[in-house]
Amino acid sequence: MGRMLIIARLAAKDIRYRPAQAILLLVAITAAAAVLSLGLVMRGVTTQPYQQTRAATRGPDVVADLFFGPSNPGSPCLGANCSSSTSTSGDAATLAGKASALEHLQGVTGSTGPYQIAEAVITTANGHRAGVVAEGRDEAPAAIDQPLVVSGTWIRPGGVVLERTFAEALGVSVGSKVTIAGYPYTVAGIAVTAAEPPYPNLCYATGGISACGALDITSRDFGMAWVTRADAATAAKASGMPLMYLMNLRLSDPSNAEALVSAYNNSKQGPTASTSLVAWQDIATADGLLIADQQTVLSVGAWLAALLAIASVAVLAGGRMAEHNRRTGLLKTVGGTPGTVAAVLLAENVVLAVVSAVAGLAIARLAAPLITNPGAALLGTAGAPSVTAAIAAEVLVVALIVALAATTVPAIRAARRSTVSALADAARTPRRHALMVALSARLPVPLLLGVRMATRRLRRAFLSMASIAVTVAGLVAVLAFHTLADHVIDNAMTGSIGLTDPVVQRDSQMLLVLTIVLLALSTLNAISATWATVLDTRHSSALFRALGATPRQVSAGQIMAQVMPAIPGAIVGVPLGILLFWAANGNGGLNWPSPGWLVAAVLGTLAAVAAMTLLPAWLGTQQSPASVLQAEMA
Amino acid sequence: MNEPIRVKGLTKSFGKGAALVRAVDDIDLSVAQGETVAIMGPSGCGKSTLLHMTGGLERPTSGSIMLAGQELTELGERGLARLRRTAVGFVFQAFHLVDELTARENVELPALLAGQSPRAARQRALELLARVGLTDRASFLPAALSGGQRQRVAVARALSNNPLVVLADEPTGNLDSAATLDVLRLFDSLHAAGQTLIIVTHDPRIAATADRMFTMRDGLFIDETRLTGGTSGNLGALAGLPELKG
Repeated sequence: MGRMLIIARLAAKDIRYRPAQAILLLVAITAAAAVLSLGLVMRGVTTQPYQQTRAATRGPDVVADLFFGPSNPGSPCLGANCSSSTSTSGDAATLAGKASALEHLQGVTGSTGPYQIAEAVITTANGHRAGVVAEGRDEAPAAIDQPLVVSGTWIRPGGVVLERTFAEALGVSVGSKVTIAGYPYTVAGIAVTAAEPPYPNLCYATGGISACGALDITSRDFGMAWVTRADAATAAKASGMPLMYLMNLRLSDPSNAEALVSAYNNSKQGPTASTSLVAWQDIATADGLLIADQQTVLSVGAWLAALLAIASVAVLAGGRMAEHNRRTGLLKTVGGTPGTVAAVLLAENVVLAVVSAVAGLAIARLAAPLITNPGAALLGTAGAPSVTAAIAAEVLVVALIVALAATTVPAIRAARRSTVSALADAARTPRRHALMVALSARLPVPLLLGVRMATRRLRRAFLSMASIAVTVAGLVAVLAFHTLADHVIDNAMTGSIGLTDPVVQRDSQMLLVLTIVLLALSTLNAISATWATVLDTRHSSALFRALGATPRQVSAGQIMAQVMPAIPGAIVGVPLGILLFWAANGNGGLNWPSPGWLVAAVLGTLAAVAAMTLLPAWLGTQQSPASVLQAEMA
Repeated sequence: MNEPIRVKGLTKSFGKGAALVRAVDDIDLSVAQGETVAIMGPSGCGKSTLLHMTGGLERPTSGSIMLAGQELTELGERGLARLRRTAVGFVFQAFHLVDELTARENVELPALLAGQSPRAARQRALELLARVGLTDRASFLPAALSGGQRQRVAVARALSNNPLVVLADEPTGNLDSAATLDVLRLFDSLHAAGQTLIIVTHDPRIAATADRMFTMRDGLFIDETRLTGGTSGNLGALAGLPELKG
């Protein structure tokens, strides 16, 4: 008990008397914990809004796509190759047979449709061009899947209702003029639905419409619209695309939707193989794709942040040990065991890790609503995501691992240190690197000092290198993502004119936030590494000055000591970042940003390291060399 | 240059108001070329502070320090650094050798900082190590040297750039009698070679080797004594150390 008291008291005193270092540690671990927490609390964040939208729109449990391809001679066709604008009696019978078969599936208790859909090109007055899936509906509300009009009115002849995300991307509102398949329409209303995924995933994601995309427009550039049945037929005829119908099914047990769909699609028990079913759960997942990439980005970012935090904490803990020498000796002199010495240092960092984990969770809870907005496609908001015990435990464990991984080696080293040398407050003898000493003798004074400062603590130099490698990897991953996003946008531009992709937009915002967090952590790391170097080299720096080196030469040496390990770190970070994005992107191919950007990332990082080193290095030279040298003797 | 060092009205204060401490209080001192001056006094009397100010390691609160014809108080940090490189050699009680450098590399350091070529610095270091009797220890790290040997390396390092004056702060404070004698012999040879020396010490045996000895207390010189030990070569005679010659 007494031992615990001593450990707690010493740890508390140390935190209180070294607040700057404690704050640096707190910030480093909190940033990592916050990023991790955000990634965790975003799991399933769109579930609630989807359910809300599903309830408000009387969403179907299963949606059936009924496809009549041109190769099917019996299909009711309204396309350019067809001779009639209405279904033949045989076509109608085929459609009725398909619908009837679906209505009689086991567990189906109700249905609406089939509704004809037309795949066509939509253009707006402001020059946008995109793909549209226009569903022909009745003007009267449907019992199943009645899109909820959030602005304007429901369809009327010549009046189209657009899905809200699609309308935002097109930049249109109620009253705007558009053309569908060349025919003019007025936007009568804006609506949301739970029956189809929103733009840009309508034709792109599993759970969306499977047969669209035959136009010269990419599958990510299709949005949903509702028109009257007659208008849909007209548009379908004008666009010349194969006929399709949608049918909404209600089940006695909605939770069986996936099982029913799986069984149906596998057996192909429908009248033809051109009928596919989609369960509401798949639609919900497709709705969640809007923030799925954000979760991926956060997940990768959490790893990057954790790695940076480990590097920062390790450097800080090592630096703190330089100041702990005398106290370690005193503790041992009065009977403290090596275990006690190690426990004191570990206790400090464990306390800071716990506080950081709590702070990280709190930040994530507050920040999550800013990034978990389910988007315009769904009703309501995600609200403040709940921090479950499992999430809290996960974050706490990671924070503790960060603290312990970085502190264990210095703590053990302190515990094993001789009492006499600790009391003498002599810093651990640096390692000698004869080759570097010999080579540095041929360099200008700042480089000579820098090489010798950097090589005397190789572990610290390695940590700095690793930290910069992680930072540059993060930057390159961001650049690679932007390259991909630009590519996606470029592709989209071939079919449409500058539509804003909400997924890319959200991912870009998330990457920006993450980049700022990573840069902040790297800044912290560079400052702590520099400060540790300044502390560790304060004696030799004072001695160099006593022997005739100018403060500027010593400061430049300190900067070189930081920049030199950063150079290989920055270079290694480039391929690391490419691989990181490749892994995070589900192995979707390597995306190399332009060489100019890569060079800018490397040089910018090195310049930032030099700039951040300037202040601590300058501060390190402000003390008179005499006082430092005298203090060493005191 | 007859008087490479001339100090006038030198004062160094710490603190303010009631807590004001004058570590060095209005000191005047002139040292002639080739002269050895010892400054004695108890711990905390201000002698190290005086030495550090004289060598440009610390700035005075007021007063004047002329070193090698330059007024130190008017020099910036770069000017002071240049002066420390060219005109001053320091020897410290705690040796202050760089742990990871060998004896030779430690001695090379000031020459490299002064911009000499590695070859010239190495040649000079080996000459100086030979002069202090440590040729066979040139490749040893400080940890492998005795206290006396470390201090001899420090002296060699102080001489690296042919300084006008060597300032030694308690050079034997960490040494046993035998090692003290080694260092005294070294200083004796420097003195004989015409090297100007200022030695701060609280050991009367060391002070007895000087041409002049100042006694310092509470920041003031309270006594000045002209000695003959230094010039007579009878080092240690007053202090019970073995005779240096013979």
